[in-house]
Amino acid sequence: MATTPNAATPEDFAGSSRTSLRHTFGADEVAHLITMIAAATLLLITVLLVYQLWVLSAESRAKFGWSFFVTQTWDPVSGDFGALPFVYGTLVTSAIALVIAVPLGVGGAIFLAELAPPKISSYLTFVSDLLAAVPSVIYGLLGVFLLVPIMRTTVQPALKATLGFLPLFQGPSYGIGFLTAGIVLAIMIVPFVLSVSREVLMAVPRDQREAALGLGATKWESTWKVVVPAARIGIFGSVFLAMARALGETMAVTMVIGNNPKIAASLFSPGYSIASVLANEFSEATGNLYLSALIELGLVLFLLTFILNGLARLLIVLTTSRGSGVLPS
Amino acid sequence: MRIVKVLCVFAVLLALGTVAIAEGGQVLLNAAGATFPYPMYSKWFDVYRQSHPNVQINYQSIGSGGGIRQLIDKTVDFGASDGPMTDDQLKQASVPILHFPTVLGADVPSYNLKGVTAELNFTPEALAGIFLGKITKWNDPALVSANPGVNLPKDDIVVVHRSDGSGTTYIFTDYLSKISPEWNTKVGKATSVNWPVGLGGKGNEGVAGLVEQTPGAMGYIELIYAVQNHIAYGKVKNQAGVFVKADLASVSAAAAAVAKTMPADFRVSITDPAGNKAAYPIASFTWLLIPSKFTDATKRETVKDFLKWMMTDGQSYCEALSYAKLPKDVVTKEMKAIASIQ
Amino acid sequence: MSARLIWRKSLNVFMLSMTGLCALITVSALFFILGYLVYNGGKDLSWNFFTKLPAPVGETGGGMANAIIGSLKLLGLAALMGVPIGLLGGVYLAEFGGKTIPFIVRYTADLLNGVPSIVIGIFAYALVVMPMHHFSTLAGGFALGIMVIPTVIRNTESFLRDVPRTMREGAFALGANKWRMIATVVLPAASRGILTGVLLALARVAGETAPLLFTAFGNRFWSPGLNQPTSSLPVVIYTYATGPYEDWHQQAWAAGLVLLGLVLLTNILVRVFLTGGSAYERT
Repeated sequence: MATTPNAATPEDFAGSSRTSLRHTFGADEVAHLITMIAAATLLLITVLLVYQLWVLSAESRAKFGWSFFVTQTWDPVSGDFGALPFVYGTLVTSAIALVIAVPLGVGGAIFLAELAPPKISSYLTFVSDLLAAVPSVIYGLLGVFLLVPIMRTTVQPALKATLGFLPLFQGPSYGIGFLTAGIVLAIMIVPFVLSVSREVLMAVPRDQREAALGLGATKWESTWKVVVPAARIGIFGSVFLAMARALGETMAVTMVIGNNPKIAASLFSPGYSIASVLANEFSEATGNLYLSALIELGLVLFLLTFILNGLARLLIVLTTSRGSGVLPS
Repeated sequence: MRIVKVLCVFAVLLALGTVAIAEGGQVLLNAAGATFPYPMYSKWFDVYRQSHPNVQINYQSIGSGGGIRQLIDKTVDFGASDGPMTDDQLKQASVPILHFPTVLGADVPSYNLKGVTAELNFTPEALAGIFLGKITKWNDPALVSANPGVNLPKDDIVVVHRSDGSGTTYIFTDYLSKISPEWNTKVGKATSVNWPVGLGGKGNEGVAGLVEQTPGAMGYIELIYAVQNHIAYGKVKNQAGVFVKADLASVSAAAAAVAKTMPADFRVSITDPAGNKAAYPIASFTWLLIPSKFTDATKRETVKDFLKWMMTDGQSYCEALSYAKLPKDVVTKEMKAIASIQ
Repeated sequence: MSARLIWRKSLNVFMLSMTGLCALITVSALFFILGYLVYNGGKDLSWNFFTKLPAPVGETGGGMANAIIGSLKLLGLAALMGVPIGLLGGVYLAEFGGKTIPFIVRYTADLLNGVPSIVIGIFAYALVVMPMHHFSTLAGGFALGIMVIPTVIRNTESFLRDVPRTMREGAFALGANKWRMIATVVLPAASRGILTGVLLALARVAGETAPLLFTAFGNRFWSPGLNQPTSSLPVVIYTYATGPYEDWHQQAWAAGLVLLGLVLLTNILVRVFLTGGSAYERT
């Protein structure tokens, strides 16, 4: 901005005295400085965060190096730590969640963007956003008392009976484990997929649809073969976003995953995720190596979510005009 | 402007909440650690506060491992653990830490078998086998032979252990290491071990919760958790060959032998005691971990006063919660040790 | 009609109904959650619940008064910490910045927003709890405040940018300098949207548990001042839900209902009344 050199300033009218210092630090400059400091504080906090994660995990990184990521043991007694069970658990539960949430979310988004009357579409999207606002610990509460017994007594035996030939669905059915955690996560991330997909679908120009219909396509064909492919980059973006959310979810997963740092083929078995082990073991890790191994896990989680979120935003911005406004808070 | 108004509202709320519960004149102590004696400690601190209204001792049950770590980090005033601190851990603390036994408790093998009403007997070999993952079904011969006449189902045993650093784990693994050479070499004893099988629950509370909700589950928890939540628990065969159930008498019997030979730092294990027919084999003292030097004189005096109260009046609350009282010889020694807190 | 046409038409109806089903499932999840909480938690909402401190472990009759107050204090701290920084930072991005610095700030805000809350808890532990040598409400408020900043910054910037150029130019024409224009014209015009963002951000952190686990820690009693550990609603729900005591379970349901009720109420009121539902209009 430029103030014209001879313009009348409010101070001239106010009649207050001006010192020469004021010319150097005029009110605007002060405002600029203050707001810049506020913005810089954000940068400072983030840099500090990454720095702390890096420095505090130094001992573990030095001792284990890259083998940290392929070691299966997590043995505080002998001081042998490996990230593999936790990375496995995090990825498996997120994968299960995506397998359930993406069809639900995209399907729902198609309905809300293409079919539903505008009022119903707004109302239902509003409800979906409310679902996104439900705290994680509430999902955990319902998971422990409602979902786990159902999984143990009904769903898992049914799966075992029908699909038990697959190693995925074998083994004793505790009710707690990868599958239950994945299902809880799915419910938590559906609103993200739905909301973002709906926006990107709505951003596809009308004439695309009309052209398809004009060629004799049914509504479904027009949607599935023309609109969705046009929006697919944004939909992928929503999937990455949902995945980033799922990776970092702590409480709901901790309450239903079983807290067992083992890798198992069966989805019924208990496991552990990075966020869960941090929640459970951080406040009691005696010994610097133990603590630094945990923080290294935190660093890994941070990097994973960083990459996924970055990709997600890139993809979403590419498909919608008002990129940042699309994302649910 | 609206934002400013909203912020003012928050500032006012904060001020109210802060001021309304003003500190003035109160002695606030923070402690953390074992879940094993949590019902006892929460009762004690509550009762103590009623008789000393200006003293508030906030105890958080985060597991013995947590208690030790937070004590070393000095984020709490004192800790609590049922696994004594190792020499390594003691070195990490900036001041020497004193162990003060508070009560005697027991790890019981609790289980969830709705169809079985009889009390189950567990041999040491059976317990080791179950937690090593070698005995996987309830109707395994090892269990059947110890429980003649009981109709054990062919369901899977769902092992439940601790997911956090736990003194209760220490006591249990200490016992298993003594009676099972395989356990000793494969897993060992510590507050946090590499469990061969099982689900992890956080705290005694978490394990009890899991056992309670999972049919076929089996976990080791402190006696009071089984009693308060009506969870069935079995008898364990002691070294003298008798199947003993954990209760005040059997736990006190386990401590009887060591009462006279208690080491000066009070770190002792009473699992698998020899010779005593009435002793319960998986019992233990639990300790408060008190720094030997306090910078704050008020805090120091309060802690000393509490310890004295705990060893005299406090002991009268133990038995109602199924913890056994400290043997008299131990109390005498502890009273002398209080003097070394500066 | 050819067979192919019949197939296409039936597929059309089928798939479209499937999508409707997807939407229905998603939406009904919320009502289900709410209904279940009302059913289970409603019966335990008593005067005791709101006014008493927790009872010794295993005894009944305790309440959550300290958790409720603790949560309020934490929220107050988070607001005091996060809102000014977020607001001023948003002003910087919308009004003052050039090209590169705002880009970096925006990117960083999005980055911080995506950091899992447990990692933020670890950061707050290292930065506040360890040097202070105790757990405190301050540390908890700090952790929550960090989570508030990115949302408020981006939201403020967005709504400030929406204020039309004409209003700004009008202010300049009347002789205002830049900060006066921002303070007296632009910010008030955008205040509704900014307030929406602030309240939504606070509603979100009100339910966060993970960052409080090693910062505010927990307290069986009242927590005076800001320097002591404090109980909070989400942490108590977590502790009680994973415990074995039936009394604890009932309290967890009631607390869950209170927490969810407040969060949903805030979201509904804010989205409906402050923005008039305009965010959801389908073009």
